[in-house]
Amino acid sequence: MKIIACVKRVPLTDALVKVSADGASIDPTGLVYSLSFYDDLAVEEALKTKEKLGGEVTVLTLGASDASKELRECLAKGADHATILLDPAWAARDARSTAKALATRILELGAELVFCGRVATDRDQSAVGTMLSSYLGWSCVTDVTKLELTATGGTAERETEAGIETLAFSLPAVITCDKGLNEPRLAGLKGIMAAKKKTIDETKPVDIESAVKVLKVELPAARKAGRIVGQGAAAVPALMDALRNEAKVL
Amino acid sequence: MTSILVFVEHRDGTPRRASLEALGAAAATGLAPIALVTGPGAAQAAAPLSAAGAKKLVVITGGDHYSPDGTAADIAAAVGAHAAVAFVAAASSAGKDLLGRVAGLLDCAPLADCTTFTCSGGVFTVQRPILAGKALVTVQSQSKVCCATLRSNTFAVATGGGAAEVTTVATKGGKVKVTGVAAKGDAKLDVKEAAVVVSGGRGLREAAGFKIVEDLAAAFGNAAVGASRAVVDSHWRPHSEQVGQTGKTVAPQLYVAVGISGAIQHLAGMRTSKVIVAINKDAAAPIFKVADYGIVGDAFEVLPALTEAVKQAKAAN
Ligand SMILES: Cc1cc2nc3c(=O)[nH]c(=O)nc-3n(C[C@H](O)[C@H](O)[C@H](O)COP(=O)(O)OP(=O)(O)OC[C@H]3O[C@@H](n4cnc5c(N)ncnc54)[C@H](O)[C@@H]3O)c2cc1C
Repeated sequence: MKIIACVKRVPLTDALVKVSADGASIDPTGLVYSLSFYDDLAVEEALKTKEKLGGEVTVLTLGASDASKELRECLAKGADHATILLDPAWAARDARSTAKALATRILELGAELVFCGRVATDRDQSAVGTMLSSYLGWSCVTDVTKLELTATGGTAERETEAGIETLAFSLPAVITCDKGLNEPRLAGLKGIMAAKKKTIDETKPVDIESAVKVLKVELPAARKAGRIVGQGAAAVPALMDALRNEAKVL
Repeated sequence: MTSILVFVEHRDGTPRRASLEALGAAAATGLAPIALVTGPGAAQAAAPLSAAGAKKLVVITGGDHYSPDGTAADIAAAVGAHAAVAFVAAASSAGKDLLGRVAGLLDCAPLADCTTFTCSGGVFTVQRPILAGKALVTVQSQSKVCCATLRSNTFAVATGGGAAEVTTVATKGGKVKVTGVAAKGDAKLDVKEAAVVVSGGRGLREAAGFKIVEDLAAAFGNAAVGASRAVVDSHWRPHSEQVGQTGKTVAPQLYVAVGISGAIQHLAGMRTSKVIVAINKDAAAPIFKVADYGIVGDAFEVLPALTEAVKQAKAAN
C-alpha cells in the first residue's frame, strides 16, 4: 500500500512572534521551525501502518527547500521517500491552494492512505486534511486517537464534546492524527546513516491563486495588569470580594 | 433575500449554545440565516431556532448513522439550492470536521475559529487567532461562498425571530459512518463550554491531588476541570481536559489556574478568559503576569478555604 504523511514546518510553540513592517504578515526573522507537533504523529502512524500492512511511506510537504532538514529526519525514522512541493511563498498560501496542490501530487503518487496532523500549529485551521478528502473524493476521519486498519478499511475513535465517537470507513482514506494515537519514535543511528544517502524530490506544485486576502496581522491586546490579593488561605476573603464586586463573576 | 447557511448541532431537538451563537453571528450580518439540522429529533429544533433568528430550517432525514462526509455533501447541496453566500458553524469538533470538507466540495478557502465575522457590500471579513492566539489576523474572503467556523463564547445569540419555514431533504449519505458514541460519565461539562474552568497543574503533586480542584469546580456548579499538559502527560488527567496549544482553547467567564506555572503553550489556550485567577506558591510564576487576581500560597491550604467561601456565596444567592 502506498502511504503518504503530509507534514508542515511551523515556528516552535514557544516562539515570540513579531509583526512585519507591512502589518500583514509575521516577521520570520529569528523564528526557529520544526515539524508541527501533530505531524510527528502522522509520520509515526504511517510508519506503523507500513510495518503492519506492508507498503511504502512518502513524506510530503509544501514548502521551501529548508524543509529538507525535517524531511531527512522522517527518512531516518523509516520513511522511504520524501517530496517537497517547492514554493518559496509557502507561508502565504491559503488552505485551499495547499490542499489542491497536495491532492494533485497524492494522485500522481498513486497513494491509498494519507495521514495528516490534526492541525498545523501555525495557522490553526485544521482544514487541509478534510479539504484533501473532498478534492480526492476519499473517506476521511479527523482527530483520531485510536485506529484499526485493514487492507480495505478500518475503524477509528475520536474525541468530541459528547464523548468518544467510533467510526467505520473504507479506503482510500485521509486520517488526521490527534494526541494519544501513538508515541512518535526517535531515529536510530542506522536510520540516520541510511537517510543521508536518500534523495529528497523537489517539484513545483500546481499554481493556484489564493482566495483569502490578508488585511492585517496584529498582536492581541495585552491583558491589563492584575494584582496579588494576598498570601495563603487568609487571602480568600479578599479574592472573593474582588470576584464579587470588581470582576462581577460570582 | 440573500441567505447564509448555518449548520446547527442539537441534542434531541435542543440546539447547542455554540450553534445558537453561530446563528446569531449569521443573523447579525443582515443576511437571512437558514439553519440546517440532522439526526434524531432535528425537527423539534424548529421553535428554538426560529426564536434565535433562523428564517428557514432545512431538516436532513434518513441515514441511520451520522456520516461526516454525507453531512458535508448535504450542506454543500443546500448552499447550492438556496444560493447561500456563506456557510458557518460553531468551531466545535463537528464544526471543525465539516469546515474543510464543505470548503473542498465548494472549492472555497475555509476560515476556522473566527472571533469576528462581518459582511459589508457582499464581502466577508473575519478576524481569527493564529499561532495559538499569539497573533490575530484579519482576512477578507475572496471565495464565492465564505466558509467559516466561529469560536464559542464570542458571538451573541439573536432573539425575537418569527416562525421559520421548514423543508425536509433526504441525506445524500456518505462513506464514513459514526457507529457509536461513548458518552462521558455523569454528563460532565466540556472545558470549552463551561462558564467557569478550574485547572490544575503539576503543583497538585499527584492524580489524587485533583480532589481539591474537583471540589472547587463542584462548588461553582457550572464549572469544568481543566489540566496542564504536564499532568496529562503523567496520566493524572485525560487529554480531553488539557488546556493549551496542543489541547483546548477556552474562554470562560472565570479561569482558575491552580499549581500551574503559566508556560507560553498553556497561556495560548486560556489567555482570552474574561477573568483569570492564579493560585501558586511561587510568587515569580509567569501565570501571575496574565492573572487578574493572584494568591501566593500552597494550593492545599488555599483551595479548601476558597471552596468553602464559594459554597457559602452560592448558598446566599
Ligand atoms: C510542543 C509543545 C506543546 C505544548 N502544549 C501544551 C499545552 O497544550 N498545554 C499545556 O499546559 N502545556 C503545554 N506544553 C508544556 C508546557 O511547556 C509546560 O511544560 C506545562 O504547561 C507545565 O505544566 P505545569 O504548569 O502543570 O507544570 P510546572 O511548569 O512544573 O509548574 C508547576 C507549578 O506548580 C507550582 N506549585 C508547586 N507546588 C505547589 C503547591 N503546593 N501549591 C501551589 N502551587 C504549587 C509551582 O510553583 C509551579 O509554578 C507544551 C510544550 C510543548 C513543547
